[in-house]
Amino acid sequence: MSATLDSRAALWLLGLFSVGVYIFQFAPIVVVMLLSFNASRSGAFPMEGVSLQWYEKLFANDSILEAFQTSIILALGCSLVATILGVMAAIALVRYQFTARNAISTLISLPLLVPEVVLGVALLMFLKLIGVYRSFGMLLLGHTVLALPFVVLVVQARLVGLRQNFEEAALSLGANRLQTFREVTLPLISPAILGGFLFAVAISFDNITATLFWKQPGIETVPTKIFAMLRTSISPEINALGTVMIFLTILLPLIGGFVIRRFSRGR
Amino acid sequence: MNRQNARAYALLSPALGSLALFLVAPVLFIAVYSFWIRTAEGLDIPAFQFGNWIAVATDYYYWLGLWGSFKLALVTTMACAAVGYPTAYFLARIRFSNKALLLFLLFLPFWISYIIRTMAWISVLGRTGAVNTALISLGIIDEPLKMLYNDFSVIMGLVYFLLPYMIINVYVSLDGIDRNLEASARTLGCSAWQTFREVTLPLSLPGLGAGCMLCFVLAAGSYVTPRLLGGPDTLFFPDLIYEAIISQLDWPTGAVLSVILLLSLGLLVGVYNRFMSLSDIYRSFAR
Repeated sequence: MSATLDSRAALWLLGLFSVGVYIFQFAPIVVVMLLSFNASRSGAFPMEGVSLQWYEKLFANDSILEAFQTSIILALGCSLVATILGVMAAIALVRYQFTARNAISTLISLPLLVPEVVLGVALLMFLKLIGVYRSFGMLLLGHTVLALPFVVLVVQARLVGLRQNFEEAALSLGANRLQTFREVTLPLISPAILGGFLFAVAISFDNITATLFWKQPGIETVPTKIFAMLRTSISPEINALGTVMIFLTILLPLIGGFVIRRFSRGR
Repeated sequence: MNRQNARAYALLSPALGSLALFLVAPVLFIAVYSFWIRTAEGLDIPAFQFGNWIAVATDYYYWLGLWGSFKLALVTTMACAAVGYPTAYFLARIRFSNKALLLFLLFLPFWISYIIRTMAWISVLGRTGAVNTALISLGIIDEPLKMLYNDFSVIMGLVYFLLPYMIINVYVSLDGIDRNLEASARTLGCSAWQTFREVTLPLSLPGLGAGCMLCFVLAAGSYVTPRLLGGPDTLFFPDLIYEAIISQLDWPTGAVLSVILLLSLGLLVGVYNRFMSLSDIYRSFAR
């Protein structure tokens, strides 16, 4: 077999380049993590030994802990709703033939392609019309809309890969549609549902641009809190906060991936 | 078919209903609001007049912002393509037992908070940042380089955040190419480079196109990265929208600006969709 650029040298060069890209992707994150343990008082380079001072400061900072609380409640709330709506929609999209299927599929993915700034402005203006102002409720609604397409995509991908035989067998053995769903479909797609839910949590927890439009002054989520802190002065405890977030956000998909693999084995 | 229809729509209705109510209707409503009359008390009056549109169209400042954002998006997209294509090619072509791990690693930063990844560049490029400290201690430079709070740092931040999108789109496309086509081209006398140019590259264009469009739209619409890493001398369009809506409470002007951004990017997506399928993009999200 001859590869296209079949000289080994070319592939080596590409490999070296790709290693560079991977370093580029990880280096800034490593810098944040390093600086969070910096003993120097300015928190900037050069490193002057290891210390946990910024973490102590971080955990003593009530406004940051409050932002965490807001972010977590918001993420869990909107993800719950988005997951329920998303799973229902995904089942319809994969398992049923119906009119205007493609148009609806596009509509559901729409939040991915409308610039977030515009989404932010749109919901803000529209809800004011019915007397709803910048608030936690607006955040909840908005984040649900933002997270919905991701849930649909994840669950849809799983359903497409799932043969319909199991469901058909259950139906032919006398189970009704609800029973079939509860006993067959649901267990088979539960890893994808969890995956979609975690994806939604991550999307909500990470969102900043639209959140800046929807939050009322005084409420901060973790990203908007960091944004506000960065604009006043660059305090090194942000690096500690960043490191905490890095661990949280990497742990989440790792657990999700582990669970999915665990469940889908033996299929 | 009719029962199928009814069942499908019953399942879809909550999702479609909330999207219609909280996405489609609000976006359409922006267009309506752009014709309203602004009052100082914040109670804008419903009307149909072109005052806001004329005010924006005749203000050089807004055009500068639109131009700034499109230039930024174009440079970012080209950089992503130039860096992302070779990487995706390598990932698609190496024989490596644990390729899934490589792809997973590529998308690991994607999970890390966007704001953290963006602010990291302050510590990398700043006066006392990692790069300057390293270069000075190596004796390569005496004075710290000015790399932060200008267009360069904005582009770095955007490329950093958008590169995985580009790589995965090109990778999916390259991975789907029938290798026999390349082998045949070689047997028929093409050089390696010719094979790449005549066979592989054209077949991977859908992925490259999808990646480019995604990068462009996300870069042109980004507010936080230019705000955090940008300097005072370049105007970006989303920043103007935020200023109008949140700072100046001038919603009719903000509405006009939002419609302009939406339409100009929508036009781009529409043109793209005529030549290539949008589903290529969604597919890469679902991976």
